[in-house]
Amino acid sequence: MKNKLFKYTLRLGDNALILGHRLSENCSKGPYLEEDISITNTALDLLGQAEAFYKYAAQVEDAGRTEDDLAYKRPENEFYNLQLTEQPNGNFAHIQVRQFFIDAFNYYLFSQLKESKDPTLAAIAAKSLKEVTYHLRRSSEWMIRLGKGTPESNQKTQQALEDLWQFTHEMFVADEVDETLLKEGIAADLHKLKEHWDAKVNEILEQANLQRPEDGYHATGSKKGYHTEYLGYILAEMQYLPRAYPDAKW
Amino acid sequence: MKKNTEQLELEFQEKIDNEIKIEPKDWMPDAYRKNLIRQISQHAHSEVIGMQPEGNWITRAPSLRAKKILLAKIQDEGGHGLYLYSAAETLGVSRDTFLQWLHQGKAKYSSIFNYPTLNWADMGAIGWLVDGAAIVNQVSLQKTSYGPYSRAMVRICKEESFHQRQGYEIMTKMARGTKEQKQMAQDALNRFWWPALMMFGPHDSDSAHSSQSLKWKIKRESNDTLRQRFIDKTVPQAELIGLTVPDPDLELQPNGSYKTGEINWDEFWNVVKGNGPCNKQRLAHHKKAHDEGRWVREACLAFAEH
Ligand SMILES: [Fe+2]
Ligand SMILES: [Fe+2]
Repeated sequence: MKNKLFKYTLRLGDNALILGHRLSENCSKGPYLEEDISITNTALDLLGQAEAFYKYAAQVEDAGRTEDDLAYKRPENEFYNLQLTEQPNGNFAHIQVRQFFIDAFNYYLFSQLKESKDPTLAAIAAKSLKEVTYHLRRSSEWMIRLGKGTPESNQKTQQALEDLWQFTHEMFVADEVDETLLKEGIAADLHKLKEHWDAKVNEILEQANLQRPEDGYHATGSKKGYHTEYLGYILAEMQYLPRAYPDAKW
Repeated sequence: MKKNTEQLELEFQEKIDNEIKIEPKDWMPDAYRKNLIRQISQHAHSEVIGMQPEGNWITRAPSLRAKKILLAKIQDEGGHGLYLYSAAETLGVSRDTFLQWLHQGKAKYSSIFNYPTLNWADMGAIGWLVDGAAIVNQVSLQKTSYGPYSRAMVRICKEESFHQRQGYEIMTKMARGTKEQKQMAQDALNRFWWPALMMFGPHDSDSAHSSQSLKWKIKRESNDTLRQRFIDKTVPQAELIGLTVPDPDLELQPNGSYKTGEINWDEFWNVVKGNGPCNKQRLAHHKKAHDEGRWVREACLAFAEH
């Protein structure tokens, strides 16, 4: 039980950290200054969420690890973030489509988790939900603006949807961790979540004159620690200093 | 009766002498306007180009806390860029034009950002020295004669002092850390000390824009005065954490002020003219982001017109 709660919390932290890291890569590369600042804002919210989830995970694990140990000292196959979060920034449409998919997921996830029987998870979810509500509004607006903007922006956004669609399915794949904790009233119901997510995605894409992609390959495996090739490079960069100088305090 | 230019100039200088702020709709001499456009846009570009050298370490920040602080700091600098572009736009030039001038090499930004960031202690050195030098300059500019510029400076100064403290905190941790960390800290100081002193510009005797700027109170204090204030504040801070200022001629004088060796002005002018280690890289990075963002900006415009 303890181990399952640890893993569940860690996954939430990993999603936030890896997506936050990806967004932070975009700092000084935005299409205009205001948007550059906004993307960084989202990155900062996500890094804050990661910190909160890791702190709690470390406390649940009770093995003397800190939130920084969890972020900086774990190997790739012990990271459980969704593969979607580690996908490269590509162009601006990729960034916003990835964000929209995850914001919609997080929004319904945290809406459920704020009622969790685990009071710490419920508290972090309630706080995060405020941020994610804003994130979802922003990325939904970008879907519509890009979808209805110019033929070029519509085409690029449609392409980004096609490129990233294969990574959306694993958000809703439940394993024994999810199932056990759901029975305990701690975890979110991924089945219900998918219904809400589908409805939201359909609604926004329709408003945006964009097509929901056809289902094809379903990427999966992150809950077992299997990833795309990208995560290894993210961690190599992110963990470089703590690993190169293990005695140093920063 | 319409006033002639001579009268207008007299009244203008009288306002300046009486510390009355000049506002966007007020009459001002062409040269005053041009001087301000040059200085404020250069200042705005500096904030924005300055995001790059620190941005170089975001993905390698060694703790969650360090990553958040660095990212928030760089975001603040982007915000400073926004305030300053808005202040500059009140003088009748659009942001697009400012960016065009930047990309064409017609507009400058602070040369300090043409130096590379090579180890983590550079994040400390930049906050401590670069933001530290910027504060000295900007505190003085809070009293500049142009209203929108002065008000932007007041907002910016509050955040800059945070940056300086956060930078010094990183530097302190590094200087008091492991042997390798201490080496990184000293190396960062070695590389950033002289470029930080150069941030204040040429000696007063060689400064092309200085005397007129002082008369118009665009600048309130001279380059050398500001530089000395920075040196006197910073040298004891280096000593406190056991770092050595890389200047063999540095000497504490009886009046409590430090005398330094001569700045390498050849290097200064070279970097100003575009021949610094990162001039090409910084400009290319900014241009690339701007060009790649074109279709997004076009989409926003098209959508707004629907
Ligand atoms: Fe700044
Ligand atoms: Fe700053």
